[in-house]
Amino acid sequence: MEIFQILASALAGGTILLFGMLGGIFTERSGVMNLAIEGYMLLGATIGYKVAAQTGNPWVGLLAGILAAAVLGVLHAFICVTLKADQVVSGLAINFVGTGVSMVLGANLSNLIGKVNLLPTITFPALSNGSAVSEALYILTKQNVLVYIGLIMIPIANWYLFKTRPGMHLRAIGENPEAADSMGVSVNKLRYLYTILGAALAGLGGVSISVAIYPGWFSELTTNGKGWICVGLVIFSQWQPIRGAMGAYFFGLLSRVILNLKIPETLFGGIKNPFFANPNLTFFLEMIPYLFTLIVMIIGANEARRKRIGAPAALGQPYSRGQRGK
Amino acid sequence: MEKQAVIQQKRKGFHFRLQVEERSDEPPKWLSPLLTVLALVVAFAIAGILIALVGGDPIYTYSRMWKAAFGTWFAFSDSLTKAIPLIFCGVACSLAFHMKIWNIGAEGQFFLGAFGASLVVLAPIVPKGSSSWVYIPTMMLSGMIFGALWGFIPGYLKAKLGVNEIISTLMLNYVAVAWNNFFLFGKWSYQGFQMSEKFPKEALLLRLSDIAKKYNIKALQGMALHLGIIFALVTAIIMYFVIYKSKWGYEIKLTGDNPNAAKYAGINIMRNTILVMALSGAIAGLAGASEISGVVKRFQGSISPGYGYTGVIIAWLSKLNPLMTIPVSIFFGGLIIAGREIQPSGIPKMIQGIILVCLISFDFFLHYRIRISRISAFAEE
Repeated sequence: MEIFQILASALAGGTILLFGMLGGIFTERSGVMNLAIEGYMLLGATIGYKVAAQTGNPWVGLLAGILAAAVLGVLHAFICVTLKADQVVSGLAINFVGTGVSMVLGANLSNLIGKVNLLPTITFPALSNGSAVSEALYILTKQNVLVYIGLIMIPIANWYLFKTRPGMHLRAIGENPEAADSMGVSVNKLRYLYTILGAALAGLGGVSISVAIYPGWFSELTTNGKGWICVGLVIFSQWQPIRGAMGAYFFGLLSRVILNLKIPETLFGGIKNPFFANPNLTFFLEMIPYLFTLIVMIIGANEARRKRIGAPAALGQPYSRGQRGK
Repeated sequence: MEKQAVIQQKRKGFHFRLQVEERSDEPPKWLSPLLTVLALVVAFAIAGILIALVGGDPIYTYSRMWKAAFGTWFAFSDSLTKAIPLIFCGVACSLAFHMKIWNIGAEGQFFLGAFGASLVVLAPIVPKGSSSWVYIPTMMLSGMIFGALWGFIPGYLKAKLGVNEIISTLMLNYVAVAWNNFFLFGKWSYQGFQMSEKFPKEALLLRLSDIAKKYNIKALQGMALHLGIIFALVTAIIMYFVIYKSKWGYEIKLTGDNPNAAKYAGINIMRNTILVMALSGAIAGLAGASEISGVVKRFQGSISPGYGYTGVIIAWLSKLNPLMTIPVSIFFGGLIIAGREIQPSGIPKMIQGIILVCLISFDFFLHYRIRISRISAFAEE
């Protein structure tokens, strides 16, 4: 049964990354770089947790967290689209703002751990009293509501991007804004929209940390680089939701397995666990998600070159009518 | 019909037209510094509003921050001490940014630099009881080597495999912290504490307070400013000449401005990418080494309140000019010192972020010009 427990928490951990990654894909498909995911996430987590604590209603917290991140997204869009500033630097700046504001607003939140209502967990009790198979399914399906929302979101995102008209417009403004503009698509308006949408999704990812999956607020450690892992996942995903989702869930699995390696005295029924004997070695375990992001990036870069798949062609270039982007 | 009337009335009311057009000429020389100052003023105003919104008194907060940072000679010495790693990190970022390589990894390179310097004392590489003339240069060199290694990895990955350096440098920051923690909690732990034993006197950089003791100067007593400030200033000056006066510096700037032109000019972009990242890492590593030897005095955790990340903002605020990083770093050093005095402690970080946002927003006026022209009320009809 333990394996199902691991899979269940892999699904939960991956959901956080999934939201941030989807946000990144939507923003970058429109031609705007999204390096601000970490900042959006932390702000979403902070505001979501704070409002949930104050109102006692986690759903209000959820909404507030998403909105807060979206407001930060408006700022990013304004700098990138209207002011046509460097999108890399803007992303970094937004991260600083998001982190700083979260630090200020979250000053006393770490005292509240355990006292805040969380988003509900969905269970199927009917599964609980049957055979081993249904027991396994019960463990696997006992998930926070956001995990289900995440699962539903993957096919929707994919369908929207590749099968609908607005999705086609979204891809067009990221690949060839001049052509899209001449077809009557208003490039900059849509870039605003998708930058804000991307921020809101990353904010949802943040809320899913603090009010759902890993409840609590631990200053910068709340996100602890998860947003940056999302940025890596976006590149790995080749801007495709399904590929990215697989990456996100795999990361969830990885971080759960790492956690499991730390605790038991023996591994796989006999081998002495070196991490139990020498707890200091666990610091090397903690490096794994970050090192793995590096490996994922290398794989992604290699494959992209081989298959000639690249980033959206206009990524990082502001658009003004009547001239080629500067 | 009604709707049209409203529109017409609006048109009559608005006698000015805003037009945004791209500058075709070079902006005047005074514009850029003016915009920087304006951006700072606006940033502090916005931060003030935010402070007021969370229930603080911005004027009181700012005046306390100023006093805490620059109010006394003592405070000024502390701010200068904080400026040392910031100058290094600012210069490190400036160098990489000139080539449009986004080295966000100064933080990790700083940690590895601190590790490298500590390795000299704790491994030990230098026999115990050596003189400062052996200890200090070896420590600084070792810090630079480890920092350079931490810059080389993402540089190599970018040059050879096309891996995005922003992510790789950031990921290595987290790895660096875990790496240091391994030694901190394990091998080098002193009596079970999460720190090493104190370094011998010979491994520490000279401080103002040491001079005060030696020559009995009352005014300098207890001041923490250390020799690292000289290293930092010299580094900034050397890097100014490297970037602006050397052929290699020209290659870097050209590659940053126009990679295609650089390629056709026969510049080896791949080699330069790796070199720039390694050198950038070495400078950030030096920051870690000087901080360990001058301030912390032992190998320890949480040695940085985000010097590496602040380096990004400093580089941008100084327009990537290494000499300008000096005053900017002193200013930010003051901001960090002030942060210790005020609650909530996140305020300096927030101000840093807002400053960077305002800076890049105001750069708009460098590239575009807004023309306000008067239109006559009926001209449009």
